[in-house]
Amino acid sequence: MSDITKQSLSELVENIKSKKLSSSEVTKAFVERSEKSKELNAYITENYANAIDKAKNFDEKPNLDLKLPGIPMAVKDLFCTKDLRTTAGSKILNNFVPTYESTVTQNIWNEGAILMGKLNCDEFAMGSSNETSFFGNVQNPIDKNLVPGGSSGGSSSAVAAQLTPITIGTDTGGSIRQPASFTGTVGLKPTYGSCSRYGIVAFASSLDQAGPMAQNVKDCALLQEVISTYDEKDSTSIDFKRNEYSKELIKDIKGKKIGIPKEYRVDGMPKEIEDLWKKGIEYAKDCGAEIIDISLPHTNYALPTYYIVAPAEASSNLARYDGVKYGFRAEGENLIDMYEKTRSEGFGAEVQRRIMIGTYVLSSGYYDAYYLKAQKVRKLIKNDFDEAYKKVDAILTPSTPSSAFKIGEKTNDPVSMYLNDIFTVPVNLAGLPGISIPAGHDLKGYPLGLQIIGKAFDEQNILNIAYAMEEKINFKNNITDWWIK
Amino acid sequence: MSKNKSEYLINRHDNQYEVVIGLEVHAQVTSESKLFSTSATKFGAEPNTQVSLVDAAFPGMLPVINEYCVKQAIKTGIGLKAKINKRSVFDRKNYFYADLPQGYQISQFKDPIVGEGKVILDMPNGQKEVGIERLHLEQDAGKSIHDLDPKNTFVDLNRSGVALMEIVSKPDLRSPDEVNAYIKKLRSIMRYLGTCDGNMQEGSLRADVNVSVRKKGSKEFGTRCEIKNVNSIKFMQMAIEYEANRQVDLIEDGQTIDQETRLFDTKKNETRSMRSKEDAHDYRYFPDPDLLPLEVSDDFIENLKSEIPELPDEKKKRFIEKFKLSPYEANILVSDIETSNYFENVIKKSDVKLATNWIIGELFAALNEKNLEISESPISAGNLSKLINLIKDGTISGKIAKTVFEQMMKGDKDPKKIVEEKGLKQQSDPKALEALIDKVIDDNRDKAMEYKSGKVKLFGFFVGQVMKVSGGKANPQLVNEILKKKL
Repeated sequence: MSDITKQSLSELVENIKSKKLSSSEVTKAFVERSEKSKELNAYITENYANAIDKAKNFDEKPNLDLKLPGIPMAVKDLFCTKDLRTTAGSKILNNFVPTYESTVTQNIWNEGAILMGKLNCDEFAMGSSNETSFFGNVQNPIDKNLVPGGSSGGSSSAVAAQLTPITIGTDTGGSIRQPASFTGTVGLKPTYGSCSRYGIVAFASSLDQAGPMAQNVKDCALLQEVISTYDEKDSTSIDFKRNEYSKELIKDIKGKKIGIPKEYRVDGMPKEIEDLWKKGIEYAKDCGAEIIDISLPHTNYALPTYYIVAPAEASSNLARYDGVKYGFRAEGENLIDMYEKTRSEGFGAEVQRRIMIGTYVLSSGYYDAYYLKAQKVRKLIKNDFDEAYKKVDAILTPSTPSSAFKIGEKTNDPVSMYLNDIFTVPVNLAGLPGISIPAGHDLKGYPLGLQIIGKAFDEQNILNIAYAMEEKINFKNNITDWWIK
Repeated sequence: MSKNKSEYLINRHDNQYEVVIGLEVHAQVTSESKLFSTSATKFGAEPNTQVSLVDAAFPGMLPVINEYCVKQAIKTGIGLKAKINKRSVFDRKNYFYADLPQGYQISQFKDPIVGEGKVILDMPNGQKEVGIERLHLEQDAGKSIHDLDPKNTFVDLNRSGVALMEIVSKPDLRSPDEVNAYIKKLRSIMRYLGTCDGNMQEGSLRADVNVSVRKKGSKEFGTRCEIKNVNSIKFMQMAIEYEANRQVDLIEDGQTIDQETRLFDTKKNETRSMRSKEDAHDYRYFPDPDLLPLEVSDDFIENLKSEIPELPDEKKKRFIEKFKLSPYEANILVSDIETSNYFENVIKKSDVKLATNWIIGELFAALNEKNLEISESPISAGNLSKLINLIKDGTISGKIAKTVFEQMMKGDKDPKKIVEEKGLKQQSDPKALEALIDKVIDDNRDKAMEYKSGKVKLFGFFVGQVMKVSGGKANPQLVNEILKKKL
């Protein structure tokens, strides 16, 4: 039994299909490990009993043709799940139980997976360390008092600690790739429009995208294959031919042209990141890829652009949390007073900060100087990538400018916190797919990730490159189960 | 106040003021479902029974544009002879209110679906063209109900998300009468198109009225005030009259007009300040990232053009040219689609001139009296047509026809049957009439003598007597002829 949680998703699927394991055995194993791992605080809402029941039902009438047959899975608490509380990590949705299911999670259940619980995240996905969650910070299983990254911190922690075989996160500016990098796991942010946003609590609509977080590239490809569907309920969903990513996954990337953008050598980047990147380039060469120097000239403007566009959209997206219809409500003397108290008490500091920034940049008199200018720069950033992709098939960069930091280390310095997203944000602004794979450790032994950025809709290509490099890198996560007494 | 040359001017001391009016009409799109959700739009449903998760702005819910509403807006644009914008953008208008679940209204700000167009008004002193600035699509908000409870406000979200067209006119209107004509014409066009039912009682048509005044002859516009959400033509006219006079009084008093939003109090018949320009909301418009820009092809627009029926202006022209109607008659008959359809059905098988007179005269009067729309007329077009044919072929006189018409108004009966059952058929047999006339002359020999000696006025007396004796059934033409001969 103890081996079960150490297995990858692909192994578990194989073992259930060949009836070496039952869904109940697998589900119980992950539930037991999750229960022993409360100190990580990865879960906001547990659905263990229900999951075990469902596993039993599955075993009674197993459908082994499914892609995720009887596989237990916990998901980020940003996905609305029918009849199970969905909080977005916020007090304001503390008591919110959806009557509907997000398209992405529905796709997962349709393939036979079983919901084990809802994973912690930064409040409304606004954060890079999971410290903004109303439900407390999450421990990185790599080391005590280390952040797991954010906003999908509960997800990265749970996958790395093997509380769930695989999971999904959402990525608006790096919220899948940065936590994957911090925990030695694999995280894919798909092309904007690849996965439906229907039923996902919105942060910044033009940037939000759901994606898989896994222990390896193959698992990641399998889940991407399940979650990516065209959805008429999301007007920004794109109807393109989707690959069977896991079946079409190949390690042969000979002759692939991989670009190295010079602008990603940012000032003050730690040497270990620089070294990791160099190592990554060597790995890519070893795989037969051709390395080409490229320029993405507007990279410097990506972070400021992001911190205008994302808060602007968020300020409007979060207006619906007003205490009138659902969620938390504070009593007030009148309507305005109720609004003010509800939103002051219901939202945490970081969310309030971003609502204020967003409201400011959209205000008359500032709109042109901030929001409109940011939209123009966003276009330039996209053009940079378009130009680069005339020469290369993919782009290789570090995932983050540092390894995971200590809880509390950056809480009072939002700008330093925002800098975490410097390599991931341009990808969201351009709507491109990006994957982070673990590629090494820093001096403290903390994992570091490399990011492979692809052309729009070219997930298969970056998955293949990641798959090939993964083998060469042969990364081993060093997790001691320190939190299990 | 004076109305020289039908101009609407306000006189104060030696000054004459012209009133400048522009309207923002909110017209509910005729559509089974809402602009961005599949909820029903039926009027009068139980509160909060036509609300989807999208309309109530639940977390993670996304808007999806209703293609039918887009078609309706474009059709309306075509009806307004307006430019159709092949690319338009939905923006969010952000503000907090209890009946606005999203915390923003999805509207079109910079890039509306329809651009400049025009509406032609038929005024007593001739035609007047009113410019259309734009038409855009937007969501309606829900309804706050403040009068059901002393302390609480109730919210009904049935309207939340219903599609509206906001039709913005240029400041081309100059009088309450023109506003009346403009709203009626706009409503008529939309009813012809089937894009808005124009029902003001049900709130399908409301308007924000922009009013300013300026000295006659001045080219500059005065400072305007916007009177919000007026829901009847009568109230619009009253509000304009009050507001224009208020502004003139201020100017005459040496004061300036504050640009502000005002409310019309229908009980007190006055406008009141709602909020000043300084207090105006900052709506923080920005393109809705949940919706891609709306793009329509030339083919899409051309297809819609082919669905456009003959509109009132064209119909009027045809009625005048083909049926030789006067502009006055044509105007009345084309004013709404039901009337013109009724008219065209009647004249399929009967005389145009008689039909025109009977519809505009008898039928309208009778419907008015019973407070009925033409669509509710007890007399079908087919039966009116039969009645007219009975007059035309001499079966009954015009006078008898009125009696038959009254019977028909009580229930749609075939006029032929009424004539038969009541024996109202006209007496047109010359021999029988001669006998009748002989008797009348015999009975009034003295009068006949007077007539013969030159008192020709007495002719009418004899006609009357004959008609009386015949019970009104005598064919008046024949009576005339025979009488002349006999006398």
